[in-house]
Amino acid sequence: MTLNDVKDILDAEVIVGREQLGKEIKTAFSADLMSDVLAFAKTESLLLTGLTNPQVVRTADILDISAIIMVRGKKPSEETVKLAEQLKIPILSTKYILFETSGRLHRSGIVGCIEKVGTE
Amino acid sequence: MSYDKTFSVEGGNFQAAGNVSSEIKGILKELGLPRDTVRRAAIVCYESEINIVSYAKKGQIVLHADDQSVEIEAKDEGSGIPDIELAMKEGYSTATAQVREMGFGAGMGLSNMKRYADDFFISSEVGVGTYVKMVVFNLDLKLHPDHPQWVDTYT
Ligand SMILES: Nc1ncnc2c1ncn2[C@@H]1O[C@H](COP(=O)(O)OP(=O)(O)O)[C@@H](O)[C@H]1O
Ligand SMILES: [Mg+2]
Repeated sequence: MTLNDVKDILDAEVIVGREQLGKEIKTAFSADLMSDVLAFAKTESLLLTGLTNPQVVRTADILDISAIIMVRGKKPSEETVKLAEQLKIPILSTKYILFETSGRLHRSGIVGCIEKVGTE
Repeated sequence: MSYDKTFSVEGGNFQAAGNVSSEIKGILKELGLPRDTVRRAAIVCYESEINIVSYAKKGQIVLHADDQSVEIEAKDEGSGIPDIELAMKEGYSTATAQVREMGFGAGMGLSNMKRYADDFFISSEVGVGTYVKMVVFNLDLKLHPDHPQWVDTYT
């Protein structure tokens, strides 16, 4: 599935990275804790989060995350948008809560970038 | 190949937190190191940079990269850590609300550094500062049956 499909499924607004909607997406990770993202998320996953500060983009950059989905109608701060544009990391915003966002994507074939911790 | 560079990190500057790690990641990529090496070095560097910003007045990150390994040294002038064993425990944190707002401060940083580095060393003196050294080996990790989880991220 492409990032554009993700956008449609989540009825999301594209805030950064309109030109990258063709990106292929297979896996995702949801967290509000950036240390958890650093511990467990895998390269080229989607990051679903309720955080909006620039550290979300930094974390995504460090891990080569494909795109950030801000849930619960959260919108990135101005600094966050600037950094995402500079680092070319797409940001989408959806009004769905994290549970619904994850569920809708999973139902459409996106899986977790890992299933469980401690089993790798 | 051998590359050395020292970066300074400002304590308390949450806006800039991560700039150094992004830059280091770019350098390592440019040097043509394997993706897994770059990724692990970037993660440990980022957690150590966040700690300098969160807990110290000022600090330095020293990068050394060669064909065998990437070394990241994070040294700071700050409060120091009274009980390193306790600080290393997942979940232990003295982070302020400001640190938690960034998505850090859940007590996972030092254990993430230890998890992703092949070699991890920490020493600290209360009232003086903290020194962390992390080494990421630049090997064909497929040769390492102890760490099968790395195989799928190595290209
Ligand atoms: N550079 C440092 N200077 C002083 N204290 C530190 C430093 N790094 C870590 N600490 C202490 O160790 C604790 C655990 O650190 P860490 O594992 O990175 O988790 P977190 O930063 O989320 O609290 C911190 O809350 C802090 O008390
Ligand atoms: Mg930390």
